[in-house]
Amino acid sequence: MADSHAASALAHQFEDLEQQHEAASLGMWIFLATEVMFFGGLFAGYTIYRNLYLAGFTAGSHMLNVTIGAINTAVLICSSLTMALAVRAAQIGKRYALVAFLVMTIALGLAFIIIKLTLEWRHDYLEGFAPGLNFTFMGPNAKAVELFFCFYFLMTGVHALHMVVGVGVLSVLLVQAWRGRFGPDRFNAVETAGLYWHFVDIVWIFLFPLLYLIGGRY
Amino acid sequence: MWQGFSIRPDQASTIAQGVDYLYYFLTAIDLSFTGIIFLAIFYFAIRYRRRSEQDRPEQIEGNVPLELAWTLIPLGLVVVVFLWGTSLFIRNSRPPAASTEIFAVGKQWMWKLQHPEGVQEINELHVPVNQPIKLTMTSEDVVHDFAVPAFRIKKDVVPGMYTTLWFQATKTGTFHLFCDQYCGTDHALMRGEVIVMEPTAYEQWLSGGIRGGTMAEAGAKLYDQLTCITCHGTGRGPSLAGIYNKPVKLNNGSTVIADDAYLRESVLYPSAKIVEGYRPIMPTFKGQVTEEQLLQLIAYIKSLTPPEGKATK
Amino acid sequence: MATAASDLDTHVNYLNANYGVKSWLLTTDHKRIAILYLVSITLFFLVGGIAAVLMRIHLIEPNGAIFEPGAYNKLFSMHGILMVFFFLIPSIPAVLGNFLVPMMVGARDLAFPKLNLLSWYVYMVGGVLTMYAVVGGGVDTGWTFYTPLSTTYVNTNVLSAAFGVFVAGFSSILTGLNFVVTIHKMRAPGMTWFRLPLFLWAMYATSLIQILGTPVIAITLALVAVERLFHVGIFDPAVGGDPILFQHLFWFYSHPAVYIMILPSMGVVSELIACFARKRIFGYSFVAFSSVAIAVISFLVWGHHMFVSGQSVYAGIIFSALSFMVAIPSAIKVFNWTATLYKGSISYDAPMLYALGFIGLFTMGGLTGLFLATLATDTHLHDTYFVVGHFHYIMVGGAMMGYLGGIHFWWPKITGRLYPDGWARLAAAIIFVGFNLTFFPQYMVGYLGMPRRYAIYPPEFQVLNVMSSAGASILAVGYAIPLVYLIWSMRYGPPAGPNPWGAKGLEWETPSPPPTENFEETPVVTEEAYAYGK
Repeated sequence: MADSHAASALAHQFEDLEQQHEAASLGMWIFLATEVMFFGGLFAGYTIYRNLYLAGFTAGSHMLNVTIGAINTAVLICSSLTMALAVRAAQIGKRYALVAFLVMTIALGLAFIIIKLTLEWRHDYLEGFAPGLNFTFMGPNAKAVELFFCFYFLMTGVHALHMVVGVGVLSVLLVQAWRGRFGPDRFNAVETAGLYWHFVDIVWIFLFPLLYLIGGRY
Repeated sequence: MWQGFSIRPDQASTIAQGVDYLYYFLTAIDLSFTGIIFLAIFYFAIRYRRRSEQDRPEQIEGNVPLELAWTLIPLGLVVVVFLWGTSLFIRNSRPPAASTEIFAVGKQWMWKLQHPEGVQEINELHVPVNQPIKLTMTSEDVVHDFAVPAFRIKKDVVPGMYTTLWFQATKTGTFHLFCDQYCGTDHALMRGEVIVMEPTAYEQWLSGGIRGGTMAEAGAKLYDQLTCITCHGTGRGPSLAGIYNKPVKLNNGSTVIADDAYLRESVLYPSAKIVEGYRPIMPTFKGQVTEEQLLQLIAYIKSLTPPEGKATK
Repeated sequence: MATAASDLDTHVNYLNANYGVKSWLLTTDHKRIAILYLVSITLFFLVGGIAAVLMRIHLIEPNGAIFEPGAYNKLFSMHGILMVFFFLIPSIPAVLGNFLVPMMVGARDLAFPKLNLLSWYVYMVGGVLTMYAVVGGGVDTGWTFYTPLSTTYVNTNVLSAAFGVFVAGFSSILTGLNFVVTIHKMRAPGMTWFRLPLFLWAMYATSLIQILGTPVIAITLALVAVERLFHVGIFDPAVGGDPILFQHLFWFYSHPAVYIMILPSMGVVSELIACFARKRIFGYSFVAFSSVAIAVISFLVWGHHMFVSGQSVYAGIIFSALSFMVAIPSAIKVFNWTATLYKGSISYDAPMLYALGFIGLFTMGGLTGLFLATLATDTHLHDTYFVVGHFHYIMVGGAMMGYLGGIHFWWPKITGRLYPDGWARLAAAIIFVGFNLTFFPQYMVGYLGMPRRYAIYPPEFQVLNVMSSAGASILAVGYAIPLVYLIWSMRYGPPAGPNPWGAKGLEWETPSPPPTENFEETPVVTEEAYAYGK
């Protein structure tokens, strides 16, 4: 590939585009490994306390809205689909498709965040389930329920933060895609962002049952 | 500056000498291996010093048998040390059945000790010589650590749970008690003394100090004050006679032992474990009892024997 | 194909390619970023070192010579936080690693140069936050931040200190990520894994720990911050939490962290021994695999910090057994380095003195780890000065000496100048003597039972404390001397030339200082590492 488009795509420290692409991929996989360890600390704490205080955790879990949680899960899974389609579009050089799919992914990501903020967290705060800010639950196992909600807000909060960062990154890519920056020889950034987006989705796939579905429902 | 200087701590407990022997063995290993390496380095550095810039030493790739040797020999040594240390540790962590129990509560920045006979001490612990003592400890605030170097004992003292320690002093005298887990501003001042006495002197000391009855009697008073009997004496709550260290069946099917930690949790967090056949109606007494009072209540419950012929629940 | 001209005034190198503050603060050249780190970690070392000097002066008197206990507690906390997170952990990776990893694999830069610059800025933000904690009243929880003390019972700057460490951790993660990708994907033609210099094996193993371990302390400190800010009870038993959970999460990172601190030094020592004995390291593959083995096993031993914490006896037994296992690969390295000296051609330049000192002191300090891995003796020695002696032997007698040896070895490459060897050897000797006098008495006073983190101690411990403080004053002199002559050499030292030591390695095949792109053409590697026989 000797055209100037390819030449400008190659960073000076790499020998060729293949090396650059492999480095970007490996870099993102390693970063995702660090994210696994980061969330892992929270999951470890959650596991230990759930084991100690199962009754309280079950009670807390039953106070969450499974329907909204399930809707959000569906929203995220769809966004992973549109993200994968965006990566494909970049790989085959379809600029408008890439833009469209990025827009859809961003929209779904924003939808997830808005649903979570307005329908879930705001509701939890008003109901008195927000530890430290407004926790007024007084029933049995109150302390364990409070601990459950600590972990609920921490885990979904850290996850939401990652979603926000993801939406930000995709927005930057959207602007660049609109300007025609990506093509079959230059799509690393989209693919790497895709890996990140899928990871954030997978974390939610774990969070949903662990937080919303403790002890069965009916 | 030289007053009291020594290089070895007192050996004042049954385990001290055993720990010291292991310590000396480890010191011997450390100093010999360090010595061997230092000597080898010195010898090689001098014998093979560079004599000219044109030196071209023989490039030796390695020697697998040598690698195996200096892997397996250290491995063998550490296995020996591990087995020795572990067996000593297991033996040292099991209090003999007939130990006298004493209770310690650590708080910033003092030690509060309670003898079952009722005597309370602050920053001092009197014990009889040649008798096994079991300490049950908790903290009122942060993590502390109860350490007596002369006995070679140490255990963290953790809020929200009981930890235990045992020792048997082998000579009379006064020995340092240190807090050995950094706990805030006056951590270095959270010190005290363990005073080991001859048995008769100890008895005398004990009887001289008793006010207000034994721990169990104090616990009985509290039991009264807090009106525990309104449930636990009427069938609304499980009977407590004879339950100490016995299995208890819970309403979720599991069985637990009614030990110190269980009793403490039941008073502070009653809804955490419900006995089978009872409703979760016990109120919490958190904030109404101190850690020392909890220990007194537990001492009282321990003292309750089951009535003749009645099955304990 | 290095240019013959080594005259600094004529050839363009990474130092004189651009001038101006912007060209340094916005550089993506790994060599300039290494210099940025060198300056900043030296500053943090000085602050942490001043804290240590003040502590040792204070401890001359049993009742404390200078400070109230509260102030002393802040000093040891800040000493620990700065030295661990802002000096030891970055030191070799961020300075020598950044400078050398691309050159040793034959590349023009790291895989992600902009990420590399970002990591320096992230480190500086973390440093500023932590320095705010230091000057804005101090923090007195110890570098270990144990709960519920740090979450509920102190009123000092825990939040900014914890946040500072949290942020700096990302610098560590990004550096490790950069190194792993560079070593995997950017090796020059012919540079197979088993032709890599052992420094790179050590950096690779270190990077694995940085990548997998650091996120755990990040989330742990974030939880401490949340608990402090919102008064929720994640670790506070008063509201249902478990203080020992904090200890598990904290040590899960902080134990592997100590291997982040020592593995790079071991890598440096391999390079120094090979060069100054003019021999290939004996048992190359054993040393290489030992580095990786240490990194892997290091994640399995954290409970040895918690033998008396109230954790179960069975957990203690398992952690004790694994802790003995992690000692074996380190022993293998020590034997291999010593065997390299056999029939070598040994010169006594300053870097070699540091390397030899490292081997002896690391052996002694590492073996004192066995005392602590042994359950029965750890009960007596836990949280006493014995532990303090142990880790300072490894961190100062080991890691720090490796760092100084590496700085002295690669200084001519980095600056293009030679420093006065006589002063360098004198400083190494003073450091060795001062170091042992400072820290050997600590083993003894710890065995006697003196607890660590004590502002005031019983009088019978005074003799050993005075000896330790005397040693510290000598050590301080020893550290001051290189500061002087190294800075002096940048202006007045004679030009070094591409390879003043006659060493093997790709970094020695370019001019000193190297040009920005490192190599005129990508090198092709045809020989094994340390091919000194030719």
